[in-house]
Amino acid sequence: MNIFVCVKQVPDTETKIVPTGDGSFIETSSIKWIMNPYDEFAVEQALLVKASNAAANVTVVRVGSVKDTEALRTAMAMGADDAVLVEAADNLDSFSIAKALKGAIDKTGKKPDLILAGKQAIDDDALQVPQILAEMLNLPSVSVIVGFELSGSTAKVKREIEGGALEVYEVNTPCILACNKGLNTPRYASLPGIMKAKKKPMAQYSLSDVGVSDADRRVKYSQFRLPPEKPPGKKFDATDAAKQAEVVAQVIGLLRTEAKVL
Amino acid sequence: MANVLVFAEQHDGHVKPVTLEILGKLAGQTADVVVFGDVSAEQIALLAKNGAQNVHKLKGTNLDKYSPEGYANALAEFIKSKNYDYVFGGATSVGKDLLPRLATKFNAGLASDVVNFVFEGGNFAGTRPLFAGKCLAKVEVTGPKPHFVSIRPNALGMTANPTAGAGTASDVNANAGEIRAAIKEIIKAASTKVDLTEANIIVTGGRAMKNADNFKILNEMADVIGATVGASRAAVDSGFAPHSMQVGQTGKTVAPALYIACGVSGAIQHLAGMRTSKVIVAINSDPDAPIFTKADYGIVGDLFQIVPIMTQEFKKLLGK
Amino acid sequence: MDFALSTEQREIQELALKFARNEMIPHAQEFDEKGTFPKDIFKKAWELGLVNTCIPSEYGGTGFTSVDGVVISEALAYGCMGMNTSFMANDLALLPIVIGGSDEQKKKFLTPFTESFKIASFCLTEPGNGSDAGGIKTSFKDGGDHWIINGEKMWITNAGYADLFVVYGTIGTNLKHKGISALIVDPKSEGVVLGKKEDKMGHRSSDTRGVRFNNVKVPKENMLGKAGEGWAIAMATLDHSRPLVASSALGGAQRALDLSIQYAKERIQFGVPIAKHQAVQFMIAEMGMKVEAARLLVHKAAWMCDQGQRNTEIASYAKAFASDSCMQITTDAVQIYGGYGYSKEYPVEKLMRDAKLIQIYEGTSQIQRLVMARELLK
Repeated sequence: MNIFVCVKQVPDTETKIVPTGDGSFIETSSIKWIMNPYDEFAVEQALLVKASNAAANVTVVRVGSVKDTEALRTAMAMGADDAVLVEAADNLDSFSIAKALKGAIDKTGKKPDLILAGKQAIDDDALQVPQILAEMLNLPSVSVIVGFELSGSTAKVKREIEGGALEVYEVNTPCILACNKGLNTPRYASLPGIMKAKKKPMAQYSLSDVGVSDADRRVKYSQFRLPPEKPPGKKFDATDAAKQAEVVAQVIGLLRTEAKVL
Repeated sequence: MANVLVFAEQHDGHVKPVTLEILGKLAGQTADVVVFGDVSAEQIALLAKNGAQNVHKLKGTNLDKYSPEGYANALAEFIKSKNYDYVFGGATSVGKDLLPRLATKFNAGLASDVVNFVFEGGNFAGTRPLFAGKCLAKVEVTGPKPHFVSIRPNALGMTANPTAGAGTASDVNANAGEIRAAIKEIIKAASTKVDLTEANIIVTGGRAMKNADNFKILNEMADVIGATVGASRAAVDSGFAPHSMQVGQTGKTVAPALYIACGVSGAIQHLAGMRTSKVIVAINSDPDAPIFTKADYGIVGDLFQIVPIMTQEFKKLLGK
Repeated sequence: MDFALSTEQREIQELALKFARNEMIPHAQEFDEKGTFPKDIFKKAWELGLVNTCIPSEYGGTGFTSVDGVVISEALAYGCMGMNTSFMANDLALLPIVIGGSDEQKKKFLTPFTESFKIASFCLTEPGNGSDAGGIKTSFKDGGDHWIINGEKMWITNAGYADLFVVYGTIGTNLKHKGISALIVDPKSEGVVLGKKEDKMGHRSSDTRGVRFNNVKVPKENMLGKAGEGWAIAMATLDHSRPLVASSALGGAQRALDLSIQYAKERIQFGVPIAKHQAVQFMIAEMGMKVEAARLLVHKAAWMCDQGQRNTEIASYAKAFASDSCMQITTDAVQIYGGYGYSKEYPVEKLMRDAKLIQIYEGTSQIQRLVMARELLK
């Protein structure tokens, strides 16, 4: 059984984000890179499937810069068998990334039975790559999964939707599943695992090797800037019983229109 | 002037508000709406009022329920029969899942989770937050058309005086095509409240709650807005709430989008537990309470009067 | 000269810090207050390969260098110095076997620690002999085909839970250092009596007891090296264990520094965050300077071990400097937190209580200075 896990390396959540002087992207020199947290659930699920499928092979695939291959090494330290890296800048758009992932999977010569990914990457929060990849590979997909059962070649998955309700899908492999928090508890990479990972194979390709070029970009970002400073807090006097209803209506209105939290 | 199609979703017979937000903002462009299934005359009028020229109702077998492939196949077929420059949708559960697949059918791009936009001479230019909102960027779509855009619900807001459209409704036969991943059942959300540490909205009671019974008014508010109720250390130490509800240095650390502190003074131990809340509302009768230095919106007054009024106002706002 | 950790070391550090944050910190306060032995956490750490780093790969160990070992230990101490004392005690006990044991002894006693979760204790100190370790009185009497141990040990870490003791005693106090020997003892042996758990100022989750040996019989083959070679083994062990213990102080100091910076930015007095007041800035600057210097000493001392160089002098510098600095840094952390720092509601008072022990065990700061002077004035 061939299982592929798509992982992305993203800035650590504690990292201070600073736009570059010309606004073309963010400063990357002092960023601490980590495996996208949602991808950890995907890696863990792949390893769980492998645990009950002796012949299963887990390949981790990543599209991104080569400076630190932490995400791939961590995945292999957790138990993935091998890795593929497509070297690319860290600011590719979802379409290009999906196309590169497809190219990388094709290069392995292994026909995918199951492709897992995190539901979103916390750098661009686009929530697109798994679905784009599914369409490119002509495979069914279910995203935001929090429950997974595989019997034979039928996967029964639970998809989380607004309001916390769950849609239960049945889908046959091969398919693509985008994982959400709550699906499982990702294991630590053990220290022996980290040592073993050094010897596991990692193939490396360029974007052109996998058939991707600048012409594949579909979404352009520019004018990166810090969000406007939070305005100073507003204080409202509601001690006068006559004014209370008005003040409350005003504040709640602001919560909707200004703060946009309702 | 761009030719735009807006994909609308319905919930309980009502078009989702994000559709109306999008339509309102598309004034100046030609906007059609496409929706699956039947739409009441009242909803069509609402769509027209906000700018829809045409409302296309797609109907066909296996399209009564959402499926990524079914909806994508049917919509793709419809879009191919027309000539749209842009396809917009809400970045809802369905939108986030459907639109990337749909766009790829056209070898086209999708700008997702956009919070604002303008049209510069018929060309879309949007704004979206990146890196968990730590920065903003301009976003544009390039490549084959139509270009796809998903809009974050509640980001645009409703347009005060929208430009109305003709709102001509028509039925369209649609084909779901082959569906390989289908919904077998839907499990309603459990009624148990979300844990404080995961909650998106939190309402906290402080020492001024006076006793445990009074937390009832906070529970009522929480039920309306879907919040989890917490307590300050002072409230817990006084026996008004169990330790499991405590937010603060020796309690839980929370990071909700909205934190409503009722009768909480805002001692440093409490702030330690909730200071990364996105928006903080404080209600306290003491105008000098430290919590007001941290609150985005502070209401000086008696919480026992203010909280019930807020609950009623929330009910009105959320249509409950 | 490359001061940077290798990519692999950084991954190892990441894992250890993740473990410290997720598994240790959430329980540190409670375990300290209640004096709870962190058995499950210890076992989890063992499962991930984070403990027993001194066991060579030939005997089933992961094959870590000393530098790897101090990097891991610093990260675990960041989580809790008390719990780390329990974890480190395994290495302190097993190191004499690694250094002075025969191949057979290593297979018999080290390898099982790599196969299942086991706990060890290192028994040197006695009620009447701490710094004056050379004067220990626990006797090893030749009983023919076995040794007979009589004596009392004190302040033994992990004693209540150990599966293995490494005990130092003497075959004759008249021989002074030349009588000191080391024996591997099964804690379940007849005649071993555990004292009650000591109620300590800090490192309260670590189990510390006195242990009495009443005519305890130990097989002859359990002696490390020959009778009278114990002192040399002990001294060689210190060169490895002192950097390790120093790294524990370093981890605690780093935690105190991080917490101080966080609080200084939040706490407002006189209208500004206290981080804007120079008195606070100077304290934090001192902390940063000392942590960095301590880290360099610890890493160099460990690096020298790996190079096979004698590192006694640097190991002493590292141990004394790191632990003395940790005491100052954690005290300043409480100072920066002010009244809140004095309360158990905040984590810094525990760090201050924990720091004190590291100035005392594994060679007091005073003994370290004697070692340093001796090396310098040779």
